[in-house]
Amino acid sequence: MSAPVWLILGASSAIARAVARAAAADGADVLLAGRDTADLEASAADLRTRFGRRAAALDFDALDSTGHAAMLQRARDFAGEATLNLFLAFGTMPSQAEIDADPALIDGVIAANYTGAVNVLHRAAPMFEAQKAGALVVLTSVAGDRGRLKNYVYGSTKGALGAYLQGLRARLFRSGVPVVTVKPGPVDTAMSYGLNDMPLMAQPETVAAACLKAAKKGTEIVYVPFPWWPIMTIIKLIPERIFKKLNI
Amino acid sequence: MTRWKPTTLTGWGRNRITRTAAARPERPRELDAAVADTRDVTVLARGAGRAYGDAALNDGARVVLTERLDRILSFDAASGVAVCEPGVTFADLLETFLPRGFMPPASPGTAFATVGGAVAADVHGKNHDRHGSFGDHVEWFDLLLADGSTRRITPESDAELFAATIGGMGLTGIVRAVAFRLLPRATPWVTVREKRIADLDGYLESFAQVRDSVTFSVGWIDALARGSSLGQGILETAEFHEDRAMPAPPRPRRVPVDLPSFALNRLSVRAFNELYRRRVPTAGRERQRSFSKLLYPLDALHDWNRIYGRRGFYQFQCVLPDRTARAGLRSLLETIAGTGNPSFLAVLKTLGRTGRGHLSFPMRGHTLALDFPCGGGADELLHRLEAITLEYGGRIYLAKDSLLSRAGFRAMYPELPRFEAVLQRVDPGARFMSDLARRLGLKGAA
Repeated sequence: MSAPVWLILGASSAIARAVARAAAADGADVLLAGRDTADLEASAADLRTRFGRRAAALDFDALDSTGHAAMLQRARDFAGEATLNLFLAFGTMPSQAEIDADPALIDGVIAANYTGAVNVLHRAAPMFEAQKAGALVVLTSVAGDRGRLKNYVYGSTKGALGAYLQGLRARLFRSGVPVVTVKPGPVDTAMSYGLNDMPLMAQPETVAAACLKAAKKGTEIVYVPFPWWPIMTIIKLIPERIFKKLNI
Repeated sequence: MTRWKPTTLTGWGRNRITRTAAARPERPRELDAAVADTRDVTVLARGAGRAYGDAALNDGARVVLTERLDRILSFDAASGVAVCEPGVTFADLLETFLPRGFMPPASPGTAFATVGGAVAADVHGKNHDRHGSFGDHVEWFDLLLADGSTRRITPESDAELFAATIGGMGLTGIVRAVAFRLLPRATPWVTVREKRIADLDGYLESFAQVRDSVTFSVGWIDALARGSSLGQGILETAEFHEDRAMPAPPRPRRVPVDLPSFALNRLSVRAFNELYRRRVPTAGRERQRSFSKLLYPLDALHDWNRIYGRRGFYQFQCVLPDRTARAGLRSLLETIAGTGNPSFLAVLKTLGRTGRGHLSFPMRGHTLALDFPCGGGADELLHRLEAITLEYGGRIYLAKDSLLSRAGFRAMYPELPRFEAVLQRVDPGARFMSDLARRLGLKGAA
């Protein structure tokens, strides 16, 4: 049987790189999709050299949905008879203060985190229904669990994506394909580097291991690291009347 | 736009605390952006931060952390040449290439060190007599220069800039990729022979016997021993063993807290040194060990630098040419034993030849390395050791150093004028800077 293939969307991010390495170490071939193909070629070379797996870069722009179908077809061709899996890592997070200062940023955040994600996932869904195997793993965020004063534009896009994934999960369940929603807290990546007040910071390798484990088990929703599950459960329970006064 | 994070940095010896703004690029173009963003302030690349003193520090200015630029870009099994980004560590190299029968050509005492750092310090290992230092195996590197351009430097394309960058402590620019030759016929296991050595003369005789015939050799010296026991210790030699099964990675242990400064005293160190020596039977012994345990004995204990407490420690490493080694080592060891400053195991090795860099540390001779906890006259002792090193025609290793004087530095590194000429050519505005460079008066530092 041929090795499984992971298609990684937004593959230049630190979490995506860690997922690619963990998957290749586990015996998978890897496709790295994103805009910075020069950088992705370097990562693909790293995977080939370190792990001796097949790895290649794919040009992909989440904001340009007209290219999504062709990109997915190239991934299908690369995988051939092998099982294709999908990891969606792209997203953007300007701080709430930057957005307040320049509301023109809002379109870009929604376009990448929500519209772009839904566009590519919806075009991938028939492929997974036909395949009746593999898994989809999508990064959202604990910020999507509740709109907070400090991060609600970003949080609302991740919350909306979470709702979309609930529907997609029901649809693909009928074909035996799990859809995993991963909700990391702050992760030590370029996105969070140099920002203040980051509790329970996780390393990208920790998130990657949790993602691949959840894909194998078909877990619906994963909080990484685990303590975010009780924390967010409590935060979700706080009445809005009180929550609006909190500075979190 | 580059995000700079206020960061407190120290060397591995933790004897000096600096405040810097640090960037941590994850892609090559972010490295360009970070350096372009430092027009009015100096900048320095930092790898794993395993230099002991101030070589990877740039107090009050900028530091670019290379740890996330860690991709292995290619490997050719026919030539053994690998191309790596600067943040690739020796642990990565061992994990990737040892199962294929290749090893790094020279390896420092920790696998956490990066190949960028290995170029900057022209690191050597326990196989220097046989294989030379890291720089001896470098084919080319891509160097990000002060003017923002990147050039591929080979010994043919720009011999002086090549020689200034090998061992150049990061002062010529930032290595963004390096091609170097790995060595074949390596296996994950070695046969280690250990024997007790009675004194310094015994050491020099033993090294003379083994240095040109064995692959790996290193000596451990009890630096508190005096009189007729001066220089007593254990000599380890090792050869590859044909077993190719990869050993299970060891479980790392941590030092959870800084030990109080009184934990290391003459008595506790003397007891430790004695136990360490006696674990080898008088008749010597031979056993199989994993290759990584031979190269990196201290890596099993993460954060071992905390043993020295909050004050930190100095490391001293010098090399003396063979012709003065006997008298010079005797003088160094007598001085150290006489002050009774508690030094853990000292390391004695032989080096085979001069390196390719203007500031390369190695020369044919004997090298001695020791740690000293700060305080209690340690500064004074290190100044005396510098004077002795100079008197016997030796030099001090910049990657370990914290206290070397400007005059001592100039006397120890005869190629310094050539190094400075290159700096004047490629970085006239002194954009790449470190605390070490300031202390030693490089780049016009006042």
